[in-house]
Amino acid sequence: MSGALTVRNIAVIALMAALALLPVYVGLGGNAFLLTLFTRIAILGLAAVSLNLILGYGGMMSFGHAAYLGIGGYAVGILAHEGITSGFVQWPVALAASALFALVIGALSLRTRGVYFIMITLAFAQMAYYVVAGLARYGGDDGLTIYKRSQFFAPLNLSNKVQFYYVCLALLFASIYLVHRLVNSRFGMVVQGSRSNDGRMRAIGFPTYRYRLVCFVIAGTLCGLAGALIANNTDFVSPAMMYWTRSGDLIIMAVLGGMGSVIGPLIGAVALLVLEEALSGITEYWQIILGPLLLLVVLFARGGIDGLLSKIRVGVAR
Amino acid sequence: MTLFIEQCLNGLQFGLLLFLLAAGLTLVFGIMDLVNLAHGSLYMVGAYLAATFAAWTGSFVLGALLALAGTLLVGMAVEVVVMRRLYGRDHLDHVLGTFGLILFFDELVRLIWGPEGLSLPLPSWLNTSVTILPGVDYSAYKFAIIVVTLAVATGLYVLVMRTRVGMLIRAGASNREMVGALGVNIKLLFTLVFGLGAALAGLAGLMQAPILTVQIGMGENILILAFVITVIGGIGSIRGAFVAALLVGFIDTVGRSYLPDLLRLILSPNAAATAAPALSSMLIYLLMAVVLVVRPEGLFPAVRK
Amino acid sequence: MSGSLLHVENLAKRFAGIVASDDLGLDVETGELHAVIGPNGAGKTTLIAQLGGQLVPDAGRIVFAGSDITTLPMDARSRLGLARSFQITSLFLDLSVLDNVALAVQAHAGHSFRFWRDARKEKELREPARAALARVGLADRADRVTSALSHGEHRLIELAMALAGRPRMLLLDEPMAGLGPEESARMVEMLRALKKEVTILLVEHDMGAVFALADRITVLVYGRVIATGAPADIRSNAAVRDAYLGEAEATDHV
Repeated sequence: MSGALTVRNIAVIALMAALALLPVYVGLGGNAFLLTLFTRIAILGLAAVSLNLILGYGGMMSFGHAAYLGIGGYAVGILAHEGITSGFVQWPVALAASALFALVIGALSLRTRGVYFIMITLAFAQMAYYVVAGLARYGGDDGLTIYKRSQFFAPLNLSNKVQFYYVCLALLFASIYLVHRLVNSRFGMVVQGSRSNDGRMRAIGFPTYRYRLVCFVIAGTLCGLAGALIANNTDFVSPAMMYWTRSGDLIIMAVLGGMGSVIGPLIGAVALLVLEEALSGITEYWQIILGPLLLLVVLFARGGIDGLLSKIRVGVAR
Repeated sequence: MTLFIEQCLNGLQFGLLLFLLAAGLTLVFGIMDLVNLAHGSLYMVGAYLAATFAAWTGSFVLGALLALAGTLLVGMAVEVVVMRRLYGRDHLDHVLGTFGLILFFDELVRLIWGPEGLSLPLPSWLNTSVTILPGVDYSAYKFAIIVVTLAVATGLYVLVMRTRVGMLIRAGASNREMVGALGVNIKLLFTLVFGLGAALAGLAGLMQAPILTVQIGMGENILILAFVITVIGGIGSIRGAFVAALLVGFIDTVGRSYLPDLLRLILSPNAAATAAPALSSMLIYLLMAVVLVVRPEGLFPAVRK
Repeated sequence: MSGSLLHVENLAKRFAGIVASDDLGLDVETGELHAVIGPNGAGKTTLIAQLGGQLVPDAGRIVFAGSDITTLPMDARSRLGLARSFQITSLFLDLSVLDNVALAVQAHAGHSFRFWRDARKEKELREPARAALARVGLADRADRVTSALSHGEHRLIELAMALAGRPRMLLLDEPMAGLGPEESARMVEMLRALKKEVTILLVEHDMGAVFALADRITVLVYGRVIATGAPADIRSNAAVRDAYLGEAEATDHV
């Protein structure tokens, strides 16, 4: 985000302020449901931001990103089921499992490009889905209930809605900042250059495969964190979390919000989920416009909402 | 032994059904360079139309034929309205746009037919068994599927290899601009090819309807398999799709039947019972991973310009 | 010949029946500008591709600064100091001009597993990039997005990127391709100035440029070297005239 006082930048700051102050508003008598909704938005926003690291910046179109939501979520769920409820154990395991899965899938998939890459990441993620669905001990298709949220040290209680919201928000903002630094660093320049013209990158001397793999692993790990948060939010995990169409949902958020910036996917998550809530009150078939909407965005507004906002110039023309 | 033969036939039948689906996908990608995620939606449309028309007309065969025609029309309509705007664009745009189509079709079907799904019962003359070999009885309907799909596969082969249209298709697969420059009506060719792919998908959908399912989201399930087959067989290659589809069909069916027993030989019954379903599902993906490592462009990569 | 910066011997490359490189041998001495000319189809671009690492020869050896680089991957050659420009412009069109050149600098500035510092603020990367852009006269375009520049300017960025890594030797594949007379003249002056600092292997069709710049010329026909020598010798070489210069003289501006 440039320092300039543009419409877009103001909108972004306003959004972040609104998110930070939401619990205050709810505490003062606002609709409590908003807190539930926006907790979910924060978590999925985190997932979408992690996806955009490889999608928008890396040019790696992975249709298997939702797998990490499941891996992170099930790490928490399975450990809780086995009696280990300490967040200090669960969350690192969630991160490590996601990183490992990303490493293996990435190592195999990143040798391919384009359509092959799309199909392969999709297939491997779906494989993970079937494996998890086959684990009868942990609920299989029906899913697994979590009776106790991740436990941390005394004042921190994830069962407290407001506290949990702020934990999610803090992790969201921290991740956005992390991704921001990442994409502008030397590492990020290599990843971006590879997206722009991979052959040229190698010709000028970069062994691009290893950088893209590391990027892939970072993105998967961040999404695994989101998975751990979801598990705590819904007190439930099921294979449906990782079905490939959920990856599509994340991609929609990134595209709708804007793949060209770090915060774009968060904007997309807000837009999509608020839209979902608003429209499902009107008709239960609201999803029927979502499809064509996505198509229209792809055809005519590739920069997403963020892109559209950035085009608004108020005052002296440049 | 008879069980084994039956499972092999099931694998063959499943594989051939998958071939119909994968052939359309790989054809469209090979000719129009278009990644179509909504291919599964056409498969779903075929099944829903067949169930509906069969119920209206009271005849299974008539219902099937009408469904086939219907899917063809839907396919061509989609091509004209949506696909034409996607040609030449980034593959990412294809994926996103056709994913939007999936959402649209799922909701449209829910709007028209409700969330419950339909059923397509078999007519009595198909709901029997035939004796394939002495002592081996097999479902007449599944046998019919094998016969029909083999006939279609042969027809496809003849079409692509022996007719003028097929020659245009093969030429278009390797050099699109040239075919256009030669004065061939590329737009019409693309619409027809897409329609053909849609019809194949619809046929697969309607044929599996009586024995598997007619419900929303069925396309998303089977699409993965179609993709895996396309990757294994080589994008753009129908021959590759055929071989890969049979391979996947066999491994999945026979694997699922016999893997639990195999596992019981090396693991405890408890462990085997836990691991079996998960591992069975993994088999095909392991196959894909192996093919990727050994031959990354697939078994029969179509030579593309 | 030992002592030359680049030594190529017995290079061979076939493509399904077409012989692109046929027992090809040449040497480039440190500090010289060595031009490679030849009719279309002579295998010039294939030669550059084998030298740059985009293609692996079927036979023969390539030795650069004493090391055998015949099968070395392209990114490793770049790090050894052998840089190439591309005949068909291949840039990072959605990034800024300065970003493009800075990436070329970064490739030679150690590993890139640095995750925190803003690379666009690193003097170590931006200053050499600006300097390279200044050399080719594009300093004022540094912050424009690359896709907004003209073809001629793209060719200059190509050159700047090749220079940014401070290479010991440049492989230039038709840097004049697609340039008008003014831009060509500019490029020739550029290369004349560059000659003093870096060894150059130049593949070109523009005979005016070749004879104005080259210290030595190698003539390639059907993948084979038919002559190597000083420009004056090449001009008067009968075999070369027959094979090539006859058609070239019609376009010779010198």
